Amino acid sequence: MNILEISHLTMRFGGLVAVSDFNLSLEKGVIYGLIGPNGSGKTTVFNVITGFYKPSEGSITLNGHNVTGLSPDRITVAGMTRIFQNSRVFRELTVLDNVLIGDHLRIKSSPLEAVLRMPAYVRQENAAYEEMMNLLEGLGLVHLINEKAGALPYGLQRKLEVARALSTHPKILLLDEPATGMSAEETTEMISFILNVRKDFDLTILLIEHHMQVVMGICQEIKVLNYGKTIANGSPDHIQNNQEVIEAYLGVD
Amino acid sequence: MNKSLKISTILSIFAVLLILAGSVLGEKYLDAFQIRLLNMWCIYAIMVVSFNLVYGFTGQFSLAHAGLAAIGAYTVSLLTMAPDNKQLSFFITPPIWPISVVQWPLLPSLILGGLLAAFVGYLIGAPALRLHGDYLLIVTFGFSEIIRLLLTNMPSVCNGAIGLKGIPGYANLTWMVSSLIVCIFVTKRLIDSSYGRALKCIREDEIAAEAVGVNLFRHKMLALVVSSFFVGIAGGLFSNILGTIDPNTFRPYLTYAVVTMAVLGGVRSLTGGVIAAAIYTAMSEVLRGIEAPRLFFNLQFDGLPGLRTLAFAIMLLLLILFARGGLMGSKEFSWGGVISFFQERFNRRKQEDKP
Repeated sequence: MNILEISHLTMRFGGLVAVSDFNLSLEKGVIYGLIGPNGSGKTTVFNVITGFYKPSEGSITLNGHNVTGLSPDRITVAGMTRIFQNSRVFRELTVLDNVLIGDHLRIKSSPLEAVLRMPAYVRQENAAYEEMMNLLEGLGLVHLINEKAGALPYGLQRKLEVARALSTHPKILLLDEPATGMSAEETTEMISFILNVRKDFDLTILLIEHHMQVVMGICQEIKVLNYGKTIANGSPDHIQNNQEVIEAYLGVD
Repeated sequence: MNKSLKISTILSIFAVLLILAGSVLGEKYLDAFQIRLLNMWCIYAIMVVSFNLVYGFTGQFSLAHAGLAAIGAYTVSLLTMAPDNKQLSFFITPPIWPISVVQWPLLPSLILGGLLAAFVGYLIGAPALRLHGDYLLIVTFGFSEIIRLLLTNMPSVCNGAIGLKGIPGYANLTWMVSSLIVCIFVTKRLIDSSYGRALKCIREDEIAAEAVGVNLFRHKMLALVVSSFFVGIAGGLFSNILGTIDPNTFRPYLTYAVVTMAVLGGVRSLTGGVIAAAIYTAMSEVLRGIEAPRLFFNLQFDGLPGLRTLAFAIMLLLLILFARGGLMGSKEFSWGGVISFFQERFNRRKQEDKP
C-alpha cells in the first residue's frame, strides 16, 4: 500500500489556479523530488499537503487515513511533517527545547498534572529527555543543547529543523529546499545528512529543491511542475531528457 | 544537578514560610497605610504575572484584564456580603434570589470568582484567539468594556452604576501573599512544563509550532484561562481592600497599569513583574505630590488630578523606546543565581586580600 496518496489536488486563490490536478503516490521508503521553475506551485503543494491551506478539490490519504483539510498539527500527529523554506527554528529557545517540543504531541498528562509534577508526567518528561539527547547525539548536535537556536549558524539551524521534525516521529518528511543558500561543500554534507536520516529513521521523503545536483543525485523519482500543472513524471534520466522540462526551465525560441 | 535542585527546593520552602510569617507580623505591627501598599503590591503582582503568562510567554496580546478582574471582584463581593447589607446597598432594584440570601466565607468565594473569570476568559478567547496581533488586542479590549457595561446595566444582579458598598475586608495581608505565592508557583510550574514549552513555541513562531504538532487554539486558550483565573482572584482581593466597588473601578486604566508594570519588569520574567508591581505601587504614592496644588514663583497652580497617569504614560513610552526588555529581560530569580552571585563577590574579596 502506498503511504501517501494524493489525487486530483487543486488549489485556487480566487481566480488564480496555483496547483491544478496534482496526483502523487508515494511508496514507503522512497525519496521523491518535486521540481519546477519559480512560482510553479511547489511550495503551495507542500502547504496544502501539510494542512496550511485547505485544498479546493482533491483528497490526501496518509497511511490509509483521509487527512484532507485537517489542521497542520493534526497532520503532524498523523505522521507527516515538514521543513520550511526559510529557517524557522524557535530562535529564543535552546536547541534542546527546540526538539523536546516534539514529544509534546504525545503527552498524556493534563496541564494540571503537569503543574503538580505527577509521577506519570515526570516519567514521560525524563523519557523524552533521554530520547531527544540520543536524537541530538546521533545528528551531531549534542554539544549545542544549551545554545539558543537563533545563535546557530545557518547550516546547523537547518539540521536542527530536521532534528525537530524527527522528534515528532514522522513517517513522511517534506523538505522544502533544504540546501538553499548553501555552498557546494555544505550541500554535499546536507545530502549525506538526509540520506543517513532516511536510513536511520525509516522515512519516506518528499523533496523540493533547486540544486539539480541534489535532486538528480538522491531522488528515485521526480515530478516537474510548471504554472501549477504537472508537466513530467519519472526517473532522473527521463526528466533530464524531457523536451517540455527543458523548455520550461530554459524557455523556447 | 539533582542535589542543587533539592537545595533550592528547601530554600524556596523556607523562604515561603518566612514570607508568610512576615505577612502575619506585618499585619500586626505595620500601620494601615503600609499594609495597604503591601496589599496593592500583591494584587498588582498577581495581575502582572498572569499578564506575562499570556503576553510574555505565549505572545498573545490580551487587554481583557480590567473586565476579568471585575468578574472576580463582583463575584467575591456579592458572595461575601451579608444579606442585610445587600438589601441596604441595592436600594433601587432589589437583588435577585440567590444573590439576596447567600453569604459565603472568603476562600470558596475567591475560588468561584477565579473560576467564573476563567470561564469568561474562555468565552472571550473562543472567538478572539482565532485572531492575531492587533486584532486580538482590539477584540479583548472590547470584551473588557462589554463586561463593564453589563455590570452597569444589570441593577438586579450587581446594583448597576451605584456599585457595592460595605464589602467585608476579610482578606488580610496573609491572604494576599498566599494568593501571590500560589499564582507564581502555578505559573512558573506551567511555563517550565511541556505545556509551557508549547506556549513559548507559539510565541516564537506560530507556523512552525503548528508544524511540530502544537494545537495553537488549545494552547493559547490554556494560557488565557489560567491567566483569567488568577486575574479573577486578584479582582476579588482588590474588592476586599477597597470596600466599595462600582463598574468604573474597572475602567481600562487598570489594564493599562498592568501593561505598564509588565513592560517595566520585562514581559518574559515573572520576577520582573513582581519587582515592577512594587515599583509601580510605590511610585503611585510618591507621584501623588505632583497632583497637589502648589505655589510656583508666585503663581498659584491648581491641583491636576490624573497627572500621575501622564507620568506613567511617559515612563511607558520611554521604556518601549529605549528599554524593551524591561528591568529583567527574560531573566528569573533563582537560588543558584543568588549563590553564585555571593560566591563571586566572596572570591573577588579573597583575591583582593591576597597580594
